[in-house]
Amino acid sequence: MTSIVKTVTRLVVGVIFIYGIYIILHGHLTPGGGFAGGAIIAGAFILLVLAYGSDMLKLKAKEAGSSVMESLAILAFLLMAVVAFFLGTKVFFHNYLPKGIIGDLISAGVIPLYNIAVGIEVAAALFTIFLALVIFKEESK
Amino acid sequence: MEVIISVIIGFMIIGAIFALNAKDLLSAVIACGIVGYGLVICFLLLKAPDLAIVQIVVETITLIFMVAVILDSSSKELNEKRWTHLEGTSYINTRFVVNITTVIVFAGLLLFFFSQAIDVLAPFGQHVTRMSTAYIENGANQTGSANLVTGILFDFRGYDTLGEATILFTAVIGILTILRLKGKQ
Amino acid sequence: MIVYLMCFILFLTGMYGVLSQRNLIKIVIGLSVMEISIFLFMALIGYIDAGVAPIVTQTGEQLIYVDPLPQAMVLTAIVIGLATNAMLLAIAIRLYKKYKTFDVRKINQLKG
Repeated sequence: MTSIVKTVTRLVVGVIFIYGIYIILHGHLTPGGGFAGGAIIAGAFILLVLAYGSDMLKLKAKEAGSSVMESLAILAFLLMAVVAFFLGTKVFFHNYLPKGIIGDLISAGVIPLYNIAVGIEVAAALFTIFLALVIFKEESK
Repeated sequence: MEVIISVIIGFMIIGAIFALNAKDLLSAVIACGIVGYGLVICFLLLKAPDLAIVQIVVETITLIFMVAVILDSSSKELNEKRWTHLEGTSYINTRFVVNITTVIVFAGLLLFFFSQAIDVLAPFGQHVTRMSTAYIENGANQTGSANLVTGILFDFRGYDTLGEATILFTAVIGILTILRLKGKQ
Repeated sequence: MIVYLMCFILFLTGMYGVLSQRNLIKIVIGLSVMEISIFLFMALIGYIDAGVAPIVTQTGEQLIYVDPLPQAMVLTAIVIGLATNAMLLAIAIRLYKKYKTFDVRKINQLKG
């Protein structure tokens, strides 16, 4: 891409990334949550790859990394559900942490943790799909 | 409200018809974007900001995927005629008539069944389900989450979210398997 | 009621596309139009006149909230729809690499 696109991307992509993190962390207070924030973060990464491009080896390493991130995130989600089984009243997805005051940033028990896990999972999944498409098109040339 | 949303859905239908009849694939994909972004406006009017945020990002990513797929396909994909027209026969032949009649009859039948099926719903804007009243009354206190949608998603309906995460994981594995050119040595 | 019927007409448009088109990309577009009409229908069921978005405020006044349950279900369905669409597109690009066309009839004729 041209240097105009690269410069604008360099300026904008950090802001998009921080916006995604904000959407995930405030998911229990404002509209948004893990799904929206994860998709926004994946969009930031996709923008980076589209603007800068990359050679094959780097892309393959990135794909392996994001695939591992996705697996770890879904594992964390499951582990939190299982921990609730042992700590709470023998029910999966039981909210065992203190609830706090409605409207505070640290409140709602385990819901922010679930939000973070789902956000990482969605971001890694969408970015992996995009990288698989790009690698396929590069290899089949 | 009902009229405004109906007009927006009308635009979405026009966009969908254009996308299905477009002469080349790039305009088809971009016309498909009309439908998705119209859905964002509908979600905002229906007081669903969570869905609007998700849908606007997801629609953009879908467009990127579709353009990436069709980008190096040849431009003469859709050049052939829609209706095969034999020499010496009139344009309105039997096959044409049969096609049009079938489409109209089945669309009418499905519309009739649909209008029977939605008879149980209250008029637009007044439908209240039992579960939703329970969730709205107790949701904030039982989950501690100010956003009721997030509270339902991760507390009352945690299994739904777990299933969704599993489907996403499976889809990614399937895509990686389909798109791998060389087997691992 | 008219808005439900319009939503169903959008569904029928997508179904017509899936059944009648011969191009794989247009079939995927038709499927995504069907998906979108389903999301819209569920969001329409949840709407309540003069309701506000389902976010509790601390002021304590009694507000009418729109139904949060369909919104929570559609939220997961949107992301699943993106993943399934991407999988269909992956199959389409794989077929294009093998047969050099997106046309279903030609792919049927070229055995092997």
